[in-house]
Amino acid sequence: MCPVDGGFAGPHYDRRTVSASGVPAPGKVPSDRIRNFSIISHVDHGKSTLSDRILELTGAVDPRLMREQYLDSMDIERERGITIKAQNVRVVYRDHILHLIDTPGHVDFGYEVSRSLAACEGAVLLVDASQGIQAQTLANGYQAIEHDLEIVAVLNKIDLPAADPDRCAKEIEQVLGIGAGEILRISAKTGEGVAELLDAIVERIPAPRGDRSAPLRALIFDSAYDQYRGVVSSVRVVDGVLGTRSRLRFMQAGAVHDVEEIGVRAPDPTKADELGPGEVGYLIAGIKNVGEARSGETVTDASAPAGEPLAGYRDPKPMVFCGLYPIDGDELPELRDALDKLKLNDASFTYEPESSHALGFGFRCGFLGLLHMEIIRERLEREFDLSLIATAPSVEYRAYLTDGIVVEVDNPTDLPDASRIDHVDEPLLTATILTPSEYTGTVMELCQSRRADMQRMEYLSPERMELVYTIPLAEVVVDFFDQLKSRTKGYASLDYEPSGYATANLARVDLLINHVPVDAFSTIVHRSQADVYGRRMAEKLRELIPRQLFDVPIQAAVGGRVVARETVKARRKDVLAKCYGGDITRKRKLLERQKEGKKRMKSIGRVEVPQEAFISALRLED
Amino acid sequence: MTFGVYVHVPFCRHRCDYCAFATTTDLDPLMGRYVDACIAELEAAVEGGELDAATSVFFGGGTPSRLPPDALARILESVPRTRDAEVTVECNPEDASPERLAAYRSSGVTRMSFGVQSTVPHVLAALGRRHRPESVPRALGAAASAGFDRVNVDLIYGAAGETDDDWERTLHDVLSFAGAPGHVSAYALTVEPGTPLAADPARHPDDDVQAARYERTDAVLTAAGYRWEEISNWALPGHGCRHNQLYWRQGEYVGIGSAAHSHRAGRRWWNVRTLERYIAAVDAGRRPTASEELVQGERRALERLMLSLRTPAGVPAGALPDVDALVTDGLVEREGERAVLTVRGRLLANALSALLRADGPSPSGAVGRARYPALP
Repeated sequence: MCPVDGGFAGPHYDRRTVSASGVPAPGKVPSDRIRNFSIISHVDHGKSTLSDRILELTGAVDPRLMREQYLDSMDIERERGITIKAQNVRVVYRDHILHLIDTPGHVDFGYEVSRSLAACEGAVLLVDASQGIQAQTLANGYQAIEHDLEIVAVLNKIDLPAADPDRCAKEIEQVLGIGAGEILRISAKTGEGVAELLDAIVERIPAPRGDRSAPLRALIFDSAYDQYRGVVSSVRVVDGVLGTRSRLRFMQAGAVHDVEEIGVRAPDPTKADELGPGEVGYLIAGIKNVGEARSGETVTDASAPAGEPLAGYRDPKPMVFCGLYPIDGDELPELRDALDKLKLNDASFTYEPESSHALGFGFRCGFLGLLHMEIIRERLEREFDLSLIATAPSVEYRAYLTDGIVVEVDNPTDLPDASRIDHVDEPLLTATILTPSEYTGTVMELCQSRRADMQRMEYLSPERMELVYTIPLAEVVVDFFDQLKSRTKGYASLDYEPSGYATANLARVDLLINHVPVDAFSTIVHRSQADVYGRRMAEKLRELIPRQLFDVPIQAAVGGRVVARETVKARRKDVLAKCYGGDITRKRKLLERQKEGKKRMKSIGRVEVPQEAFISALRLED
Repeated sequence: MTFGVYVHVPFCRHRCDYCAFATTTDLDPLMGRYVDACIAELEAAVEGGELDAATSVFFGGGTPSRLPPDALARILESVPRTRDAEVTVECNPEDASPERLAAYRSSGVTRMSFGVQSTVPHVLAALGRRHRPESVPRALGAAASAGFDRVNVDLIYGAAGETDDDWERTLHDVLSFAGAPGHVSAYALTVEPGTPLAADPARHPDDDVQAARYERTDAVLTAAGYRWEEISNWALPGHGCRHNQLYWRQGEYVGIGSAAHSHRAGRRWWNVRTLERYIAAVDAGRRPTASEELVQGERRALERLMLSLRTPAGVPAGALPDVDALVTDGLVEREGERAVLTVRGRLLANALSALLRADGPSPSGAVGRARYPALP
């Protein structure tokens, strides 16, 4: 939750007390009455609708207060129909406490998904019966199986005329080994089958097994920053009891904090005195930065600490980088402030100051992936009212120098001179693509054009194909997903995970305006694509750079060799022919405006380039 | 000391569709009252001690030749001026009858400026001008016969349909007629916002074509012995327009009539734009001033540089950053400590003006004024 949401502001906390009749208060719930599950699903397969139905059916939300996508609190989440932050809600069904742990729904947030799964004993695998299982759902399904979760497979949208539940059930059986007969069929929209799903959750998903008398171990699987309360973490107690009087040690961060408040979300935040083994709730401990309460963190009692933290913690590592610059250089302090604030709520992106000759001062930012990058940028512009230029996304290369030194390069301009480089490695992904089989050819074509190596190819059913490739991350960050979607009419889905580094024949393409290299346009590409890229950029810049007082050569150079040259012909005339009857004022004002306008230009050597030219050139996406 | 008086005559028979001047075509009945108002404004200025003796007087418009010659003479009589004052009247060629020119001459007019624009019929038509090409040599001849030895013609290049050859022909015609003018103003057709021309992009001139015609103009006129006075003005030796030079030298002048501009010591002001409001103000005993501005310090210094850059006087070399690169680019020539625009540079005078700085290193012994008022 971003600061402006204010979801935890004041009165929410005090409005309700836990008093549901017949239901044990938090901390007193016997483990066998608890079920913890998450919903694994693809975008638009109905997870949020199902969550809404569950909230209604269990009476957790007053029907008059119900709104769609109840659990998605960010505007961006609602607009894009995706979940970015993990949420959780506690509902009561048939005398059982069910904790629904909502997981992020995008490949960029794979680690967050794994932490959410680690807080569960089961997972509802929700598949749109008109579309079949998608790559990411499958990947997360495998992950759930690895975590030993009980999978409850569900086909949704059976009310749709296009639904083909039999085919989808066979596919699921084929790829995940779940018997077609066990697969539930529901319509989250109409509510059909949702009660049966809740029954299945109670009956099939195991109760948590925790030792109430063991030292406290609780897993943080999400943290959000609230401007009034500081960091509010989602927490799952594994062993022991988390009580309001506890003094907590955060085992990964190595910090100690006093509990300020604990509670459960029902779904409104509701204070509690304690949370016992298997219970899920929230924790507030006077922390000001989500980086100190990261997903995967283990919390223990400082006075009687556990010996070992829970397994699976990982420092989030940015995969995609770009420079973010304020269009108006005066907004640099505001940009820094906004990044600081977002960082409070999102420990997974990084930023450090950098300066560009062309763009001035800005920040080099690292993101978990492309969507993450887009979201951060959009939030900066929307919530903080900033206008930004982003440089082309880059990945982190490893340059092995002839003197044995290895340099990590996330900004192409930092790549050492070619003469000093022995070789360069680039990050790879293992990418899994699920596609209707009729599109197999075009998908393979796309992958080949992106330097991908096929690892595996398999029919999930006669209609659907699974393709597994090793592909350079750099090829994926440039519109790969959009291309995949457009070539398959939106039917293909993609999942990927990092897969190490490999040496590649890479080259840096520099663009020179009037013989001066423009750092913002430098890019590292495969040598086979360098000339084409250079030519395209040079042409683009020729169109974008206004005519100057002299001819301006635009060159693209690969490793110092010019591969393309264009010329912006000198402007020939701009003079005002006459002054009207001694009206000098008009002319002077015009020139004063022109002088003012020059301030919005960036000078590359003697060439004045309007800010818009940079923006347009960096938008080059075809 | 030089001092100018400009008299604006806003009446036109017909409004050219590229024109953004303050003019009117349907208020001729107000002519008498307008002339009276101009005279009243002049008299008030004289009484207030605001007018020095004019070394130049300029009747511009609009179309000054729309005024009966005696009305123009009455205004001119009210202008205090030196014995050798230059007095220019703008005149349409078709209005240039021997009688009118003789009347001008006898009332003290010394210089005629004819709105020729082109000598090619289809170009004149495209410009919306009503005169026929034959009226041009007739006007020039009549001016010579009436004893005018200072004559200007205004030309415009870049009308829709005009070819390079058309323009060349206009230049050669003007130079070859008997009574050829000693001064030529050749203006690139400029699209002014709010004009009918502005609303018709198909007729907008192309900058590269205009640039080529400008360069050709300079070559033809230079070969004929003219020298550039300012971006759009050329003159034979001794035929420079004193009044225009006042403008380019940041000189002082008072404008009389609607929409007329004035300048004294960094104060620039201008009269109300419409002639009805002008007449109403003067009749009510009010000043017809619409607005004014004070141009002081660095702005004034920059203004002076900007104006001077448009002339062969140029600017101190230090006022242009990177002046050597501009010389290399062929935009500027060094003349001692001055930097003067080349023909190509003149075409880019706007961009070059935007480079000017008033606080540049100030050279010594330069032509013209090299020192500027201290920055505020």
